[in-house]
Amino acid sequence: MRKTECLAMILAGGQGSRLGALTKKIAKPAVPFGGKYRIIDFPLSNCANSGINKVGVLTQYRPLELHNYLGTGGAWDLDKKDGGVFILPPYAREKGADWYKGTADAIYQNLNFIDSIDPDYVLVLSGDHIYTMDYSWMIESHKMNKAEATIGVIEVPWDEAPRFGIMNTAKNGRIEEFEEKPVKPKSNLASMGIYIFNKSFLKRYLEEDAKDSVSSHDFGKNIIPKMLTDNARLFSYAFDGYWKDVGTIESLWQANMDLLQDEPPFSMDGLWKIYSAGLSMPPHYIGEMAKVTTSLVSEGAMIFGEVKNSVIFPGVKVGKGARVTNSVIMPFTTIAENAIVDKAIVAQNCEISAGAKVVGADGAIIVIPEGEIILSEAGNKQVG
Amino acid sequence: MKTVMGIMNLQENDVFIKEMTESRPIASIPFAGRYRLIDFGLSSMVNSGIDNVGIMLPDKSRSVLDHLRSGKDWDLARRHEGLFYLPVAQDCDENHKGDLKNFYRHIDFIEHSMQKYVLLVSGSVIYNMDFSKVLRFHQNTGADITMVYNVEAEEQPGNGIVLETSENGFVKDIAQRPVVYENSKVSMGIYLMDKRIFIELIRNAYEHGGSDFLLDGILRQHGAYNIYAFAHDGYVARITSTVSYYKASMDLLNPDIWQELFMSGDFVYTKIKDEAPVKYKKTAQTRNSLIANGCIIEGEVENSILFRGVKIGKGVHVKNSIIMQKCDLKENALLENVICDKNVVITKGKWLKGASNYPLIVGKDIVI
Repeated sequence: MRKTECLAMILAGGQGSRLGALTKKIAKPAVPFGGKYRIIDFPLSNCANSGINKVGVLTQYRPLELHNYLGTGGAWDLDKKDGGVFILPPYAREKGADWYKGTADAIYQNLNFIDSIDPDYVLVLSGDHIYTMDYSWMIESHKMNKAEATIGVIEVPWDEAPRFGIMNTAKNGRIEEFEEKPVKPKSNLASMGIYIFNKSFLKRYLEEDAKDSVSSHDFGKNIIPKMLTDNARLFSYAFDGYWKDVGTIESLWQANMDLLQDEPPFSMDGLWKIYSAGLSMPPHYIGEMAKVTTSLVSEGAMIFGEVKNSVIFPGVKVGKGARVTNSVIMPFTTIAENAIVDKAIVAQNCEISAGAKVVGADGAIIVIPEGEIILSEAGNKQVG
Repeated sequence: MKTVMGIMNLQENDVFIKEMTESRPIASIPFAGRYRLIDFGLSSMVNSGIDNVGIMLPDKSRSVLDHLRSGKDWDLARRHEGLFYLPVAQDCDENHKGDLKNFYRHIDFIEHSMQKYVLLVSGSVIYNMDFSKVLRFHQNTGADITMVYNVEAEEQPGNGIVLETSENGFVKDIAQRPVVYENSKVSMGIYLMDKRIFIELIRNAYEHGGSDFLLDGILRQHGAYNIYAFAHDGYVARITSTVSYYKASMDLLNPDIWQELFMSGDFVYTKIKDEAPVKYKKTAQTRNSLIANGCIIEGEVENSILFRGVKIGKGVHVKNSIIMQKCDLKENALLENVICDKNVVITKGKWLKGASNYPLIVGKDIVI
C-alpha cells in the first residue's frame, strides 16, 4: 500500500442559512445545481479528477439526504480498495459529544481519522463552491515552494474585495498579510477557502487552537492569522477560472444563469467531467407546441410549454401554455398548464398549479421551498 | 424473485437489419436516445428481483461486454451470483448451426444455480414488465412452460411467433407465421419454466439433432409439455428489421408510450455516461422529440431522437430522424427520414433524405 500523499477534507456541515427555504430540509452541499448536479459534486469530482482518492466529507446540519447521496462514493469513482469517501459527522467519545464549533474545530475533531490515513498533506475544501480545478497543480506548487501552508486565491473585482478575506502577497507568492473583509483592501486576491497544509504542521496549530477558549475555531479568523503571526511559510496559489460561492439565493441563481451563456464559463462534461449520482432516466421529451430556447434541460423532463433562459432539472413537467423564464426548476417539480414562473428558484417536488403565477419582483428572486403546492387562487405570489 | 434465474439469449438473426448490425449484435443497437436494446429485458429482470443472470453472448460480443461490464449499472455486480457471461460454444460441430448448441454447452451453469426456475428472454424486444406476475401465473396454472405474449392490434410485416390459446391461457398452437394478422397473439420471446424442464428440453432437442432453441426446443416439442401463455398489456416492440427499428423509435415520441416505458416506476437501467444537461441556444427550435443529455441545439429538430452529445448547428433542420451518439450536424445541413449511426459528421449545407417508410442510413464514423 502506497503512502497517501494528499487527503481531502470537505467541509459540508454548514446550514447555509442564507439559502433560506432551500436548506430547510437539506444541507447546502446537497442543494441541486446546474440542471443535474448537487453542489458537492464539484469538489468531489475535482478530487477524483485530480487523483485524490481519499476524501473525508464532514457533515453536521441535516445530513441525511447528503449521506444517502454520497453512498460509498461510487458515482465519483471513489469507491476504491485503498480509497474512498469517508463520511465524518460529529461523534461521541468517552468524555462526551461535541458539535463542530467551527471550520477548524471540525478538522480538529477528526485528527484521529487524519492520523489513521497519515497523509503528507491535508487539502481542506469547502462544500459550497462551484468551480473546476486540478488540485494536483496546487499540491505541486506547495511542494515547490516548500510551503507549510498554501492558500488558493482568486482575483476579484476591486469593488468586491471588501467582501472577502484578502491576501497581500510578495512577488514570489509568499503571503505577507491577511485581512478579513478589509474596508480599504491592499490587494484584490481573495481567499477561496481552499487550503493545503503539511499534516503535522496543521495538527500542531489545531491542537493549540483547541485549547483557546476565546477562539471561534475558524480557519480564516483564527488559524491562518496565527500561522502568519508565527511567520510560517504561507504561500498563495493563484487560480484563474470560474469560481462562485453559491451561499446566497442571488448567487445560486446567478451561477445557474451563468451556464446559459452562449459560451459558458466552464464545461461540466468536457475533459474535466463533473460526476453525479442520479436516477436512471430517459432523454427528455419536447412536445409538439413546446418552445425551448437559451436553456438547460435534463433527463426525464417533459416540456409542453415555453421555457426560456431557465435551468430544468430531471423529471420536471412543464404543461401546455405554461411559461418558465429566468428560473431554476429543481427535480420532479410540475408546472401545470398556463402557469407562469419568472425569476424563481423552485425546489424539488413542488406543484405549481394550472394558471398559477410565481414571479420574482423588484429584482429579487422568489424561492419556492421543497414540496410546496402553489395554487392559482393564491394569485400573484410576489416576493416580500 | 429469489427462485428464478435469468438467461438472456443474445443470438439473433440479423438479416433484415444488416445496416445497423455490421459491427454489433442486435442487442447492442442504440435505442431511445440513451439505451441499447439489451437494457429493456435486463432491467425488467433486475426490477423483478432476479439476481442471477446469465448472458448468452452473440458472435460479435465486444460491444455487449463493453456495455454491461461488471453489471454494476444494473445492480448485478454482486459478490454472490449477479451477472455471468456465457460465451459462444467454440466446439464447431457442423450439424448444430443455431443457438441450441450454446444452451447445451452451458447446461452446467444452469444446473449449478440455486434457483428453481429459469426465465429466458431475448435481447431485442422492448418492454417494461414485472416478471413476478408471470411466475404467479405459472404457479397457478401448473404449467410446464409459460410463454409471454402481447396482442398486436395491427397487422405486422415480417414473421412472428403466433400463439393460439384457450380462455385459460393454455397454448393450443405455436407457429412461425410469415405475416402476423391483426389481433394476433405474438410471442415476446419470454419463457418461464422449471429448471429441470429447461435442461430436459435442451438435451432432448440437441441430442436428437436439433440446432435452434425455438424451433427444435419449443415448437417441435410442443406436444410433450403443458404450455400456457401470459398476456402482457403494455407497449411491446420487436426489433428484427430496419423498418421495425424505425417504427419503434418513432413510437417513443408518443408521450404515453414514453411514460409507460420509462417513467412509471421501474426504471430502465443502462451504462452511466455523466453527460451535462442539454444546452438549447437562442436559435433552437424543437418539436415532438427526444433529446439526450450532452446535446447542444442551435437549429431545428422535429419528430426526431437525438442521442447523447449530438451537435445541431445553426440553420440545421432535422426531421423524422434518429441521430446517434456524438454526431455533428454542421450549419444548414438538412436531414429528413435519416438514421445516423455514431460519430457521423454532416458538413455544411448537405441535404439527406430517406423515404418516409424506409429511412436512409448513414453508417458509423462516416463524414458527408
